[in-house]
Order: sequence, then C-alpha cells, then structure tokens
Amino acid sequence: MIFLRRQLPLLITMVTGLVMAAQYYVPHPASEQLLTTVTKWLQIIGGFALVLGITSLFHVHAAKIRRKEAGWGYSLVLYAGMLGTVMIGLWHHGKESVDGAMTSFGWIYSYTLVPLQGTMFAILAFFIASAAYRSFRARSREAAVLLMAAVIVMMGRVPLGEYLFPLSGDLSSWILNVLNASVRRAILIGVSLGAVALSFKIIFGVERSYLGGGKE
Amino acid sequence: MDLPFEVILGGWIATGLTLFILSFLYEDNPLFKLAEHLYVGVSLGYTIVKTYDTVVMTLILRPILDKGEWSLLIPVCIGALMLTRYVPKAAWLSRYAFAFIVGVGAGLAIPRTISSFILKQIEDTVRPLLAITPDGGVTFTYSLLDPASHLNGIIILVGVVSVLFYFFFSVEHAGPGKMIARAGIVFLMISFGAAFGYTVMARMSLLIGRLTDLIEFSDASYGRPTLWLFLLTVATLIVLTRRGSTHPPKQ
Repeated sequence: MIFLRRQLPLLITMVTGLVMAAQYYVPHPASEQLLTTVTKWLQIIGGFALVLGITSLFHVHAAKIRRKEAGWGYSLVLYAGMLGTVMIGLWHHGKESVDGAMTSFGWIYSYTLVPLQGTMFAILAFFIASAAYRSFRARSREAAVLLMAAVIVMMGRVPLGEYLFPLSGDLSSWILNVLNASVRRAILIGVSLGAVALSFKIIFGVERSYLGGGKE
Repeated sequence: MDLPFEVILGGWIATGLTLFILSFLYEDNPLFKLAEHLYVGVSLGYTIVKTYDTVVMTLILRPILDKGEWSLLIPVCIGALMLTRYVPKAAWLSRYAFAFIVGVGAGLAIPRTISSFILKQIEDTVRPLLAITPDGGVTFTYSLLDPASHLNGIIILVGVVSVLFYFFFSVEHAGPGKMIARAGIVFLMISFGAAFGYTVMARMSLLIGRLTDLIEFSDASYGRPTLWLFLLTVATLIVLTRRGSTHPPKQ
C-alpha cells in the first residue's frame, strides 16, 4: 500500500519530469506533438483544480449563511453575483457578443466587472501614495536613492513632469531601460538558478511537500 | 440622442459600483463591502463560465464528440482524482494528479529556464565593449539614451554583477567585496524606486479611466447617474456614521 500511496506518485513525478525535460532536446515532430498534447492535458487538469478552489469558497460562505454569522448578507451577495453570472454566461455559451451585438454576459462584463476591477485597483494608488508619504523619508543614503528614482520615474511618465523638469522623460527611460533592467536581469538569473535547482529536487524526490502531509 | 435602455442601466450600475468602492477612501463601510463581495462573486462566475467554455467545451467535449479523441479522457480522469480530496479515505489518490502536474512542470521548466532566463540573460549582459567599424577601426558608443550603447552595456554589466554579488553569501562582504555589494544595494534601491514609481503611475492611469467614465456618466443622456448616486452615497455614509454603523461586521 505504501508503494501506491507514496512511491508511485514519486515515480510518476520522476518519469514525467525526465520525459518532459528530454523533450526539449529532441527536435522531432513526435516530440513536438507530445509537448502540445501534454500542454492541453495540463489545461484540462487545471480546470479541475479550479473546481477545488470554487467548492472551498462555496463551503466557507455557505457555512457563514447557515450559521447566520456576522456579515452573512455579504455572502449572499457573493452567491447572487456568482450564480447570476454563471447562469447568464452559460445561457450565452460564454460569448460576450454575438454578431457584433452585446449579450447579457457581455453587459455584465462591461458594466459590472470592468468598473469593479478598475476601481478596486485604482484605489490602491491612494494607499500607495499615503504609504509613501509616511515611509519615504530619506533617512539613509539608500532610501534617498530610492526616493529620487521613484520621483524621477513618476515625473517622467506624465506631461506635467516633463514640462516642469524636461530631462525627466529621458532620465526615466534610462532608469527603466538600463539601471532597472540590470537589476531585473540579476534577480531573474538568481531566481532561475533556484527554480532549476528546485525542479531537480522535485524530479529526484528530494522535495516532496507537494504530496501533502500524512503518515504515508 | 436617445441611448438604449441597457446602456443607461449599465451606466447607473457602473457608476454606483465605482462610487461604492471609492467610498472606502472615507472608511470601511457596508457600501464598500457590498461592492467588494459582488466583485468577488461576479469575477468568480465569469471565471467559471470562461473555464467551462475553454476547458469543458473546447478542450474536452467537442474534440471527443466531433473528432473521437477519446484519449482526452485520460487527463479528465487525472483531474477527477483531484476531487478525491473531499473523501478523506481516498484523498491520497489526489497525489497522482499533483505528481503529474508537478512532474511535467518541473521537467518543462529545467531546459527552458536554463535557455531563456539564464544563458540568454548572461549572453545579453556580456557584450563586446567595442564595435568594429566597416573601415576596420573600433568605435565606442556613449549614448545613454540608447540601451544598446557600449556605455550602457558596461553599466548593465556592473549592475548585474554587483547585484548578483550582493545576494552571494558564500564570500564575506569585506574589503573590495563590500564595495561591490554596496554598489549592488544602490542598483537595487534605484530599481525598487523605479518599480514603485511605475506602479503608482499605472494605478493613476486606472483611476483616470474610472474618473473619465464618471464624467461620461454625468451626462444628461444617462440621467446624470454620477450626480445622483454621489449624493446618495454621501447621504448613506452620513446616515451610517450617525448611527455609528459605518464599520461593517468583522469577517
């Protein structure tokens, strides 16, 4: 039983990992077909992962409504929004428009989801600005450098900034394309080395946390 | 020009939801909570519908029914194993699904990460310091505005090496090493500052988009929803504050 519960999953990981790593080095149509098929399979399996997440959220809010916990009315709103969108979306086969005409599903997207999403992210501008006001004090040389880079980039992104400080546009581009690029590149190299090491650990069964806890 | 009813209704709904979310700038209140939960519900519903359409219909049912691709039942079975998480005695079966996903992911990542994110990045960093001109001479370009200039190439090389050295703890950061590490910190601070400034401006751009919509919906052709719903939101907030119930229940 321990073979089925513990060793076989590790074996599956090892075999699939080695096969997919080897696939990259085999320039043959069959190899390309394998990649296409497996990518499609991953998309299908990912769909089931979504089911796990949704049922978990369903469960949390259903419990809240059943027990009439504080704020259970908001859970009802969440349910109504979700079920309404799902029913209308399925009715229109997931199409936002048919023959150029907006469907009810498209209407929900344009007049509900887009404004909600846009405003939700837009209010972050205020919180970032307020956090910056409180924490952006040039207490050290490094903090001063950070502050100056942020101010130059912000000024360089708006016409008013360029009007007040004509060099800010070019300086902002230089900071983003050269200085920022070099740091991103260094971080990318470091992260990638870590990712490759982790992938090897997973394939060879050193890293097993993805299998979950439990005695077996 | 008379607008269709659904456009006018959409204007009112979009304006109301925008103002409800913006009311959070005053303080956490039931109007914001209402819009927030509706956002979660609608976006979840949208994701469900889109996943159903792309995965269930396009990737599974149509190929099986139209082309007889019965091999697609294999990933369906693997995916279904994930759902055994809800049956404690059979939960271990879900490991097969996770083992497959993680194994494929790890296998795909190794060569592609090495090729695209390590070797290619190093190749772009370590560039010739001079270029040969057609007449056989050498040239060095100084333009800071051209990211491909030789001067910028040297700056990028110094930045990459110093930042990598800063994160390399196997050597003590003392003597010349300390200087390199400090240069790495300066590069990192500039990058963090740039990322911050860029993010703030991206959020501002979103805010401008929302405000543009609010201005559009303040038009008489929509029935001035911006004006009326703004007054309604403010009045509701005043009433809630007076009743001392602006704070929604703790979640």
